Amino acid sequence: MKIIVCIKQVPDTTEIKIDPVTGTLIREGVPSIMNPDDKGGLELALRLKDEFGAHVTVITMGPPQAEAILREAYAMGADRAILLTDRKFAGADTLATSHALSGALRTLEYDLIIAGRQAIDGDTAQVGPQTAEHLDLPQVSYVEEVHYREGDRFLRVRKQTEEGYQILEVALPCMLTVLASASKARYMRVRGIVEAYGREMEIWTADKIDVDESKLGLKGSPTWVNKAFTRGVKPAGTVHEVTPEEAVDLIVGKLKEKFII
Amino acid sequence: MDFGFNKTEELFKQMICEFATREVKSLAAEIDEEERFPEETVKKMAETGLMGISVPVAYGGAGGSHLMYIMAVEELSRVCGTTGVILSAHTSLCVEPILQFGNEAQKMKYLPKLASGEWLGAFGLTEPNAGTDAAGQQTYAVENGDSWVLNGTKIFITNANYADVFVVMAMTDKSQGTRGISAFIVEAGTPGFSIGKKEKKMGIRGSATAELIFENCRIPKENLLGKPGAGFKIAMITLDGGRIGIAAQALGIAQGAMDETIRYTQERKQFGKPISAFQNTQFQMAGLETKVQAARLLVYSASVRKGLGLPYAKDAAMAKLFASETAMEVTTKAVQFHGGYGYTREYPVERMMRDAKITEIYEGTSEVQKMVIAASLYPKK
Repeated sequence: MKIIVCIKQVPDTTEIKIDPVTGTLIREGVPSIMNPDDKGGLELALRLKDEFGAHVTVITMGPPQAEAILREAYAMGADRAILLTDRKFAGADTLATSHALSGALRTLEYDLIIAGRQAIDGDTAQVGPQTAEHLDLPQVSYVEEVHYREGDRFLRVRKQTEEGYQILEVALPCMLTVLASASKARYMRVRGIVEAYGREMEIWTADKIDVDESKLGLKGSPTWVNKAFTRGVKPAGTVHEVTPEEAVDLIVGKLKEKFII
Repeated sequence: MDFGFNKTEELFKQMICEFATREVKSLAAEIDEEERFPEETVKKMAETGLMGISVPVAYGGAGGSHLMYIMAVEELSRVCGTTGVILSAHTSLCVEPILQFGNEAQKMKYLPKLASGEWLGAFGLTEPNAGTDAAGQQTYAVENGDSWVLNGTKIFITNANYADVFVVMAMTDKSQGTRGISAFIVEAGTPGFSIGKKEKKMGIRGSATAELIFENCRIPKENLLGKPGAGFKIAMITLDGGRIGIAAQALGIAQGAMDETIRYTQERKQFGKPISAFQNTQFQMAGLETKVQAARLLVYSASVRKGLGLPYAKDAAMAKLFASETAMEVTTKAVQFHGGYGYTREYPVERMMRDAKITEIYEGTSEVQKMVIAASLYPKK
């Protein structure tokens, strides 16, 4: 089985703050990490490797420093790593990102593509499903568990829903988007760490992938961020212990006082 | 010397910090309270390859640097001194001497299982009457056919109850003094070899420290490590290396106490402001931080020298002397900053203070370190 896992380098949002003046993320001094849902996806792939000898490729689109998470994936046990990096990819929204990824995936062989459910910096949960659509693949999102039997051409997966869960069967090849909680990701192996920086890192630019360049980067991105801001903290309210009738008078009085009514 | 980590060491630091925080920290108070050896943690360490960090790949290890091993002891000890010394004793005192002095057959037999963590290692030198004066060995080994027969008792042996392989010193020719001591590899379960009383200690209480008892213990002749009579030299070189491990343990404990104190002094309010706002706190903490960083440079320097194959005995002694005394000072002051709370087991600093004390004692007391350092200043003519 050939598995490709799409991963993303994200700022560790547990340590992030927003600049109150510009409304943008303060990225300085914030560590970059492998997105947690993506790491959960990589763990699922590595378990299929442990059990069935699957070949695991990791791919990411990002600036050159995103190489760090591919090295980390090597240290966890991935077999091949591809970094999609090009100025033409810059400024991509989820749609342009999914076009770039699907352009790369079209040139690769796979039985299964795994992506994290969503990234902790954007929280859109769109890139995986959009990529599956471009590739015309069946997809299951919010996957918590994957079961496979040797020789089968389908997977049995457990999908989280708001009310509970569904057990679904999906034909291979397919796309799954996975929750971090699905599996506790393994630690990097010490030997894997020692070898990680000596292994091949494939750097792919836009001309290496199978996609219409007008769909990439800023010009391929219909999403525009109009304004981002930090909501101000509201002052604490006041508590009045009164009867419902008195409450009506009190509220109407306050609203009149502020010329709202 | 530049201690900017390379990319491999940075990646390793990320891994060991995650491992220590998620797997080790939460158990530290419990294993101390229960005086329980953390077998489950050692198993997890084995899975990741931490039991064979600096063992060459050819012998089943990860092929990492000595500095990576030292970083591991430091980061584990930052949250749990017990876990730090389990790794240090295993690696520095058992894996290292077999790697350095073992013949090819011994290396192939023992190193893969030690490096994978299937087997845990330990080291037996200290006896009731041979501590700092290690030359006063009373355990003896006699050649008998194709065996060596060991008799005697070792004390204060780290990992004793859980180790599978021991490097043990014994007198083979008393007339030769220290040149009559030889080193042996002894496997747990060998008839005539038993584990005696387990010590009840002040600190590192999860670490299993016990006696080794040899009563006509017969081991195969090929388990002699190095040449006959080379045991004392093997022990001293092994301890030179071990000292860097204990220095790293002390450094980790000191850093852990700093972390706790920086957090606590910002939370704790007295006289209407956090106690970190008082200049007494700031000046004391500034002094301690400087000492911890100085200790770190000494420890890493000794480790890098060892990794490069340069002489490091004096560097290891200075690192251990300074790091262990820094650990004792930092943890004592950490308890003081925590006040009454610091004296209780609600906060980790009292455990850290108890754990720190042993680093001034084992693998050569501070006084022994000074003897080693002074000997380099006044070489024998």
